[in-house]
Amino acid sequence: MLLSVVTPADTDQRRPAVSEVLAVTEPDVESAWRRRSGLNPSLIAGGILVGAVVLTALVSYVWTPMDPTHVVVSDRFRAPGQGGHLLGSDALGRDVASQIMAGARNTLLVGMVTVVIALLVGVPLGGVAALYRGWAEELVMRLSDLVLAFPALLLAFLFAAVFHASTLTAMGAIGIAFVPVFARVVRGAGLQVMEQDYVTAARTFGSSTLGIFFRHLLPNVASVMIVQGTIAFAIAILAEAALSYLGLGTPPPTPSWGRMLSDAQNYLAQSSTLALWPGLSIALSVLGFNLLGDGLRDLLDPKLVQRIPPQ
Amino acid sequence: MSAVSAPTEPVVRVSDLSVRVGTVEAVHSVGFELAAGRRTGLIGESGSGKTLTALAVMGLLPDGLSASGRAVYREQDLVALSEAELCRLRGDRLSMIFQEPLSALNPVQTIGEQVAEPLRLHRGLGGRESLARARELLERVQIPRAAEKLGQYPHQLSGGQRQRAMIAMAISCSPEVLIADEPTTALDVTVQAEVLRLLDRLVDEEGATLLLITHDLPVVAGLCDRVLVMYGGHLVEEGAVGEVFDSPRHPYTLALLESIPSLDQELPSGRFRAIPGAVPGLGQFPSGCPFRNRCPRATELCATMPALEGEGHRAACWHPAS
Ligand SMILES: Nc1ncnc2c1ncn2[C@@H]1O[C@H](COP(=O)(O)OP(=O)(O)O)[C@@H](O)[C@H]1O
Ligand code: SF4
Ligand SMILES: [Mg+2]
Repeated sequence: MLLSVVTPADTDQRRPAVSEVLAVTEPDVESAWRRRSGLNPSLIAGGILVGAVVLTALVSYVWTPMDPTHVVVSDRFRAPGQGGHLLGSDALGRDVASQIMAGARNTLLVGMVTVVIALLVGVPLGGVAALYRGWAEELVMRLSDLVLAFPALLLAFLFAAVFHASTLTAMGAIGIAFVPVFARVVRGAGLQVMEQDYVTAARTFGSSTLGIFFRHLLPNVASVMIVQGTIAFAIAILAEAALSYLGLGTPPPTPSWGRMLSDAQNYLAQSSTLALWPGLSIALSVLGFNLLGDGLRDLLDPKLVQRIPPQ
Repeated sequence: MSAVSAPTEPVVRVSDLSVRVGTVEAVHSVGFELAAGRRTGLIGESGSGKTLTALAVMGLLPDGLSASGRAVYREQDLVALSEAELCRLRGDRLSMIFQEPLSALNPVQTIGEQVAEPLRLHRGLGGRESLARARELLERVQIPRAAEKLGQYPHQLSGGQRQRAMIAMAISCSPEVLIADEPTTALDVTVQAEVLRLLDRLVDEEGATLLLITHDLPVVAGLCDRVLVMYGGHLVEEGAVGEVFDSPRHPYTLALLESIPSLDQELPSGRFRAIPGAVPGLGQFPSGCPFRNRCPRATELCATMPALEGEGHRAACWHPAS
């Protein structure tokens, strides 16, 4: 499942009655409190891993051991530790450690832009579906079915064929692939929120549909969005690595973990560790964002439609 | 205001108003008027269509329900008005208080933010100004330590205080028409009277026109000028409170009055008698007069729906009681 996007618990099929939602909500408040009181292990481990990636990326802007794009042909295939190359050098004699550090920037950029695209398009679409219902909802849902049925990889091929393969086309393709996920989550939560009496009350006092979207719907889905966003981030990193591996992502010379991995594959005979570093980097950052997403899910419990604020 | 010189001039004129739940008609072409500055009670058992009638007038029917007919407020037909136009009127000229204040308040917004919201929407007040006004409003509805309550969340207030906060929101823009849908049903018996007294005083001070929905008949007797009786989605009796309660014409009104465990000697019966049978579900009322399966006076004639007849005091019954 290289680039398929997993839809979270499909809120689409049934629309729970208010009584049902409330029945689910009450005991959950208890457990949410219990979980809220302590940091869970996933959150800590995920936080550390993600923190490390972010820190590496930031540091790379001001300092890397060597210039990550500097080619020294005489310095090819150094083993780790040799010639001042902490993690060795690649087929063109570039410093692997420096490339890994600079590659972290690309990875984070891809994750962020992808999630922002998905949020900016998906959240309003889901909101419109929940608030206006009728044909608008039908249109949004059918469009999202369409996108879900269309593999993101194909979309990436299409973009790369029409434009030039670049980080941007990769981010666009992955971002669009995530739009339905966000639209569906927002719609599902939105339908529940719209059934709440306080939305009717807000309308009674003159709130417009847009006002309800910002004051009642968005705050209610914020925690779900944070969790989904973090998990989407992880999938986006993997997807970009895969696209770069196939030559559909970040073009040289911008350092990218996915391309480093694909380059290293050609020289497995010359240097067996060359593939290890980008592979490990991808694996650890994907793991980090997944753990962070899990931890946040437990902390924020998106099942709660109504969160009780701290006293 | 013209309301003073012509006290019977209607502010809201409802005619031929029907509400459909999907394809089933739940409210059947009801018509009534709310006279300016007057208080009208709307009574009837649960499931009689009181809430749907009120929601239809406010243009607040939930998804899947639709209204037809007219509800004219100052030359504007509320049934036909666009959502944007309704937004301008609601909370400003027309307001409503709900039965359950806990669920009608957003659990994750402070009381201050929520009470200030109508003022921001309709008076264009900024954050600081509207909060200052919200505080005055909370004081006006006699919530103790109002300044402190501004920053608190609904669950930190008592049931009575929450309903007071709802009332504060509802009157914040001095609405001309206020609909209160069973405002005290969800409250402790001990605070019900206080909240009603507050509502009574505020409506007086504001000169608002009140539609009070309740199944507490003594409350209507004490607070209202006119009364509407609904059953099975039909308006079955209407008139001045004194006339309707002293000499009810419709057997259903009579039954309602007799079902009060009465300590009040002004009411026609000292006995306590439950209405036989139960309110049928939606679409399960008998054809013709909806009360005919529970009515002691029913005849074959009642298989046809009687018209609402009379001058001033009207009833829809083939065999009225008085
Ligand atoms: N949202 C709704 N969906 C379906 N049926 C409804 C809805 N609201 C009310 N009804 C039905 O319409 C009838 C009248 O309800 P309502 O106006 O709430 O009565 P009342 O306020 O007098 O107790 C009832 O039979 C009720 O079940
Ligand atoms: S019309 Fe007939 S059934 Fe209906 S209230 Fe009158 S007497 Fe009873
Ligand atoms: Mg009701």
